[in-house]
Amino acid sequence: MEILMALLVGVFFSVAVYLFLSRHIIRMLLGAAVLGNAVNLLIFTSGRLTPEAPPIIATGPAGTAEIMANPLPQALILTAIVISFSFFAFLLVLTYRAYQELETDDTDEMRFAEPRGQTLPPLEY
Amino acid sequence: MASPDTYPVDLSAAMITVPVHLADWLVVAPVALCIAAGAILMMLRKTTWMQAGASVVGLSLLVVVCGALLAHVLINGTVTMTMGRWLPPFGISFTVDILGASLTFVASIIALAAGIFGADDVDNSGRRYGFYPFLFLMMAGVIGAFLTGDIFNLYVWFEVLLISSFGLLILGSEPRQIDGATKYAFLNLVATTLFLIATGYLYGVFGTLNMADIMRKAPEMSETAPLLTLTAIYFMAFGMKAAAFPVNFWLPASYHTPRIVVSALFAGLLTKVGVYALLRVLIMLFPAERDMLGLVIAIVAALTMVFGALGALAQTDYRRLLGYLVISGIGVMLAGIALASMAGLSGTIFYAVHSMIVMTALYLVCGLTARIAGGFSLAEPADIYRSHLPLAALALMLLFAVSGLPPFSGFWPKAVLVKASLDVGEWWMAAAILLTGFLTTIAAGRVWILVYWRARQEADDGDASLVRLKPMVDYLPVALLTGLAVLLGVYPEPFLEMSQTAASQLIHPAAYIDSVFPAGGAE
Repeated sequence: MEILMALLVGVFFSVAVYLFLSRHIIRMLLGAAVLGNAVNLLIFTSGRLTPEAPPIIATGPAGTAEIMANPLPQALILTAIVISFSFFAFLLVLTYRAYQELETDDTDEMRFAEPRGQTLPPLEY
Repeated sequence: MASPDTYPVDLSAAMITVPVHLADWLVVAPVALCIAAGAILMMLRKTTWMQAGASVVGLSLLVVVCGALLAHVLINGTVTMTMGRWLPPFGISFTVDILGASLTFVASIIALAAGIFGADDVDNSGRRYGFYPFLFLMMAGVIGAFLTGDIFNLYVWFEVLLISSFGLLILGSEPRQIDGATKYAFLNLVATTLFLIATGYLYGVFGTLNMADIMRKAPEMSETAPLLTLTAIYFMAFGMKAAAFPVNFWLPASYHTPRIVVSALFAGLLTKVGVYALLRVLIMLFPAERDMLGLVIAIVAALTMVFGALGALAQTDYRRLLGYLVISGIGVMLAGIALASMAGLSGTIFYAVHSMIVMTALYLVCGLTARIAGGFSLAEPADIYRSHLPLAALALMLLFAVSGLPPFSGFWPKAVLVKASLDVGEWWMAAAILLTGFLTTIAAGRVWILVYWRARQEADDGDASLVRLKPMVDYLPVALLTGLAVLLGVYPEPFLEMSQTAASQLIHPAAYIDSVFPAGGAE
């Protein structure tokens, strides 16, 4: 099961990297969405996969159960999902504004902050 | 089903039963204050007339609280406070040593300076769209990152400061800003995702996220677990955050786009959080793996500082030039991490404090200069020496400081780092630091001559001298920061000692572990 998950995470990462290498921001956005999920699955897998067990320690003098799900990765992923979701929402709005204001979604055409053909500073006084 | 009270449960085995000492509440007070102030100002954001005043009061309070925390740590040693009363490593700990406390204190001073400056620099629409709430929330992120003792929590604080910095960066919505923010946002997203990937692997290896707990387990795991890979991913992620050479192009693309007070805050705080995280992870958590990466870090450091200074030489825009100087400074800080000796690390810490103060002040000076000159170009003479002598004097002092010339704050950490490199026989690192100092001096000197010293060709000195700067909101923050830079330069002894203690706490983290797990603690 871990091997399958590892392969799946690998596929997610390669898709995300491929999309990120595009010049078009809309593809990079999709890449960001896939990347977030790739990391979530990675954390989930590295918390060990346990089949069908509650995340509860049985009460009793011994106080330990034989099998128990690890609740911490789920808490971590929940945090990461919330963060990556808010990031994605922000990026979506930012991209849309960029498309409206700059009239392009091609990063090569976005030269407003760093215009082409800048001159050197004066070399004499 | 057995009722819960069938078996008596010993809570003291898993929970902290003694109430937190009153002084220890200082550990979370700065973060709590920032979040509370940010939330309140967010609710009051339509009453723009009181935003600046209330923020300056809040930020002054923050400086006092952070100063008290630093004093507490200096007197009582490393302090830990664990949330939710769960014993570490299960509860999230805030652990404050001298490094964290001193950087927090300096960060709060910078925020105060920026808050005062913002009273004049940020217009009503900037206030209505939340300059001050974002400032407070970003400070919560920065301070939380400096204070936390849990690596996943560090990630969360990184995200808090990042999302607030987006808000600040985009304030104004000019095409330039949207362009800069797009690049900043995507590249920083990649960096924090790398950080999260490394943290996921780290959790898989250690089963814990508490830094003190990781430190206890790392030596025995170094043979069996892929710790070198982990360390390399962390170096990549934090290097990107700190703007180290091959992955720093988001900084010159974005730092000159927002309003100047925001640039000043970013230059003072954000990249230094990356350096701080590198110190924590590479030096404290994985020193053995860092030794294996030492050469890579050294090459990255040398390239960052030299290319930063060369980039500064080529700029015509004052703000973009300062962006490259920020990068160059990051290279100097990385040099200490590459050496990893006590002297080198104390140089790094001292340089970080110097760079936070001086870069913020330089951006503020740059903003005032542009207000007088009417633009940021170095090509147009502004004749400020004649019309605004105090500003020209402050600028000269800060440009000396950033070049590393005595008697200002940049000199001592660079001297310490050069000596530390020569001590371990890394002559080329010392040469790189000195070459960087030389190039930076040329770049800084050129700025001063072109912008402040050079007289206008035609005698139309009417318009420049008409621009009046307000002493309280415009000069005061710059003068405060410049005063600190002079203080660090002429009386460095206590600060050098403090940075040495901070460095020794990083190299020998016994006190840090003891603070989280008193008397050995539960394994």
